[in-house]
Amino acid sequence: MSSGWFLAVSALVFGIGAIGVLTRRNPLLVLVSLELMLNAGNLALITFARMHGSAEGHIFAMIVMVVAAAEVAIGLGIVVALYRNRVAVDVDELRELRG
Amino acid sequence: MDEILFFLFGPLAVLAALGAVVLRNPFYAVLSLVLHLLALSMLFLLLYAQFVAVVQVMVYVGAVMVLYVFVNAYVGGTTNADGSVNTPQGGNGPSLRLLSYGIAALLAVTVGIAVLGTGLQAIDDQSSSIEAGFGSPTEIGELLLTRFLLPFEGASFLLLVAAVGAVVLARRRGGVLPGEERMISASELLAPTGTGSMREGVGAINPNPGARSVALGASSGSRASSGPSVSTTDDPASRGERPDDRRREREDDAPNDAPPRQDAPPSDVRTPSVDPDRPADPATPGIDPPTPAPSDEVPPASSSPEDGRDDEDAR
Repeated sequence: MSSGWFLAVSALVFGIGAIGVLTRRNPLLVLVSLELMLNAGNLALITFARMHGSAEGHIFAMIVMVVAAAEVAIGLGIVVALYRNRVAVDVDELRELRG
Repeated sequence: MDEILFFLFGPLAVLAALGAVVLRNPFYAVLSLVLHLLALSMLFLLLYAQFVAVVQVMVYVGAVMVLYVFVNAYVGGTTNADGSVNTPQGGNGPSLRLLSYGIAALLAVTVGIAVLGTGLQAIDDQSSSIEAGFGSPTEIGELLLTRFLLPFEGASFLLLVAAVGAVVLARRRGGVLPGEERMISASELLAPTGTGSMREGVGAINPNPGARSVALGASSGSRASSGPSVSTTDDPASRGERPDDRRREREDDAPNDAPPRQDAPPSDVRTPSVDPDRPADPATPGIDPPTPAPSDEVPPASSSPEDGRDDEDAR
């Protein structure tokens, strides 16, 4: 199995995630698209780890998972806080960072 | 076999990713993302990354996606009811949208070239041979605790910061409302009410005040004609250690703001003609004691046999 196929899948998923981040307006769906991009990066990392025969790429992928989990926790906390404050849950309407 | 599995799950991953982006309903988008993550874990397995595949399924599909679904259920109602949130609106909507598609396509081409094009010479079709324990938890753990110890600790610290930050973000802003402030004594913290302790079994603590005293009052009321001896044999088991316990419970209740839970005052001198439970319970003003107890207001489950008999008598 050539590594190029896995990398092609990774690039496609990354592009799809980028489309989602740029076009979606619901912050929840923006977070979902960010997950897609992070997972595409994970797939590329693991493919390269397989290619070079060393498990360090796995470590990188797991660190990326940790970062993704932290991002999800904070992002969903922000979404819930927006919902509580009755602000429009729309990334185009959110221009202020004042609490 | 590898090819079959790859061409089964690779396109599935791409299609599920597309669905996660395209679908309008946020809930379906999240479910599509779950499908994408499962397909991706299969691809990880094909790349001999067993541990990462299992972590992907457990952490992502098991934990992170549950978080997504919960927040979706919490927030998603308004965003769907609006209807205007997901659809583009405003004057510069369509042009910006086209521009964003163009940017995303350009990004995909760039990433594709960077990943595939220039590195094509470096990618050899036959991957390097791997040893037996490749990607096993042993190897991952050894790497995490020796060479990548500092990133490992940094990741744990990052998770701690994220957890604290999420709690700070999601907490209620207004603080404690005036009626909500409540002091909790230490003994209540050790043995909260409603946990089925021994004191509850003998009736010293009543999780729903009013139920027991109403039942007792009803039973003694219906039994008033049968003589006072019955009402004294009525409750020796629960009365035996009651005054002591009740006094202790009162001391616990003393700092509380909650309505006082006195199903009966500690009556040291009891005449059999006077119903000891009669002056009880200002907490349930609407219920008249002699009325038979409603069927749903039964004493707590672990009640003494006398209580069970009382209930049957009351009904």
